[in-house]
Amino acid sequence: MRRKSIVTGLLTALTVVIALIWVFPVYWMFNSSLLPNSVLQSTTPTFLPIGGSLDNFTAALADGTFFTALGVSLTVTLSTVAAVLIIAFLGALAISRFKFKGRKSFILALLLIQMLPAEGMFIAQYKMMSSVGLLNNLIGMTLLYTAAVVPFTVWMLRGFVAGVPAELEEAAMVDGLSRTQAFLKITFPLLAPGLVASGVYAFLQAWNEFTVALVIMTENQMKTLPLWLRGFVQASATRETDWGMVMAASMLVAVPVIIFFLIVQGKMSSGLVSGAVKG
Amino acid sequence: MSTDAKAPTAAPVRGRRIPEPSPVIRRSKKSKAPLFLILPTIVVLVAALGYPVGWQLVTSFKKFGLKQQFGVPAEFVGFENYITLLTSSELWIVVGRSLLFCLVAASLTVAIGGLLALLMQRVGTAGRLILQVSMLLAWAMPVVAAMTVWVWLIDWRRGVLNWILVRFGVDAEGHNWLADPISFFMIAIIIVVWMSVPFVALSIYAGLTQISGEVLEAAAMDGATGWQRTRHIIIPLITPVLSIVLLLQLIWDLRVFTQIKLLQDAGGFANETNLLGTYIYQLGVGSGDYGMASAVSVFMLILTIAISWYYVRSLMKEEN
Repeated sequence: MRRKSIVTGLLTALTVVIALIWVFPVYWMFNSSLLPNSVLQSTTPTFLPIGGSLDNFTAALADGTFFTALGVSLTVTLSTVAAVLIIAFLGALAISRFKFKGRKSFILALLLIQMLPAEGMFIAQYKMMSSVGLLNNLIGMTLLYTAAVVPFTVWMLRGFVAGVPAELEEAAMVDGLSRTQAFLKITFPLLAPGLVASGVYAFLQAWNEFTVALVIMTENQMKTLPLWLRGFVQASATRETDWGMVMAASMLVAVPVIIFFLIVQGKMSSGLVSGAVKG
Repeated sequence: MSTDAKAPTAAPVRGRRIPEPSPVIRRSKKSKAPLFLILPTIVVLVAALGYPVGWQLVTSFKKFGLKQQFGVPAEFVGFENYITLLTSSELWIVVGRSLLFCLVAASLTVAIGGLLALLMQRVGTAGRLILQVSMLLAWAMPVVAAMTVWVWLIDWRRGVLNWILVRFGVDAEGHNWLADPISFFMIAIIIVVWMSVPFVALSIYAGLTQISGEVLEAAAMDGATGWQRTRHIIIPLITPVLSIVLLLQLIWDLRVFTQIKLLQDAGGFANETNLLGTYIYQLGVGSGDYGMASAVSVFMLILTIAISWYYVRSLMKEEN
């Protein structure tokens, strides 16, 4: 027994060390964002933000471009999430509840499209957007993001729809509900975890996306947050990099998504993990 | 978009494992409903991807030069771009580098993720929780923000990495990691692995938690040793999860773009550090040579499909 508890103790210590290493970059962003540049200029790093302030944040927010970018990112992300949920839900319903001609080709197409690397297509997408006048346009951007996320989410939701037995709905219909009512009252709530999971996936993809935005959104007024941050870093790097301000800017981009992720994480993983790998 | 792909835990595994509830499928012979249901998906995909893929194919057969920048239409040159590419050593160096990068990054990610999953299973709740929260924080970081922090960590003058290495007696004072292709890629791999391990570790952990304790207990009662239980129960049950996360990592790491681009921004020499994504970007956006850029893109599409073919086929098999 004694030996066992020593092993457990060692493993716990190891786990904590690994956790600290893993979280260190995130902590370092937080720490540096609070420290004045005079402290960061020192050749000896300061590991705790004692005497720190929010000055770097004030400075990063000063020219107002952050809020423009935030607006663009929020609009594109939320439109993408809404579009993806509706479209993917309908698609998932079709392939898990119906047998129809072309069903297999449809699934194969989804899987193959999911493999298409955005990195191999951005020039063509740029050309297309410029020829239809949708460069620097929120609708164009949303269309591209939706198409990039939909194949995976249809596939993902299909598992959830298939997991809700149609018998439940039929039983409700026997009890006198209409098909629509049965769907809304019985099936839909059971699908909620799947919809949350797909929504989170779409949210993260659209919020973090860099490549397509880099190519399509060329005007300053239309930059998303990742592009804003890159521009911010580049502007700061022309002189000696103002790391405090750059880290504050990174915090501004990262914190909303980290908070969002931590809130929905529990719901998401309980939905996803349950039954995920049942043998 | 897929470079940054953060699929939620175990999502790709899900479709695989759920037995198709075939009896509940409505075998409607004449209903048009399913076609209407898939119509929006098809419209969006054709609108956003149909034209680009076609354009890419057509353009890869055209020659772009200085004249085309002044509006002269590009002429068809047949397979010239492909021949130029396939006979240029530069392309093969980039392809080789991309494949090597993708193999190293993906196998490291899966190995580390697997070990961390086992660790999570062994330790108590507190240790596990601390590790999981750390992983979630790293996972949730937007790529560009994460890259910015990493560039600061490895900054050659005041970065904390060099400072720590010096404390450990390594002569890293003022060392610029991005100046040399080898250390550039070492850093890139560390960053990519750091970003992708959380997904893999949590997926594999989810897989491990699904193995019922009773089965293991029964095996133990029948006299199976720890190793035998691992060998005959845990490994076979975990193999599908492992192979899927490995394939997904291979596909994602082959197209890594943002990390390389931002490290190049921060001081890497682009010509010696290009992977397929940044190479296409440089050819197309950088030098306006759309013909060549398209040919490389088509090549990359084929390569990705070849690598993922096994995955697609195994998923399709379950449809049967």
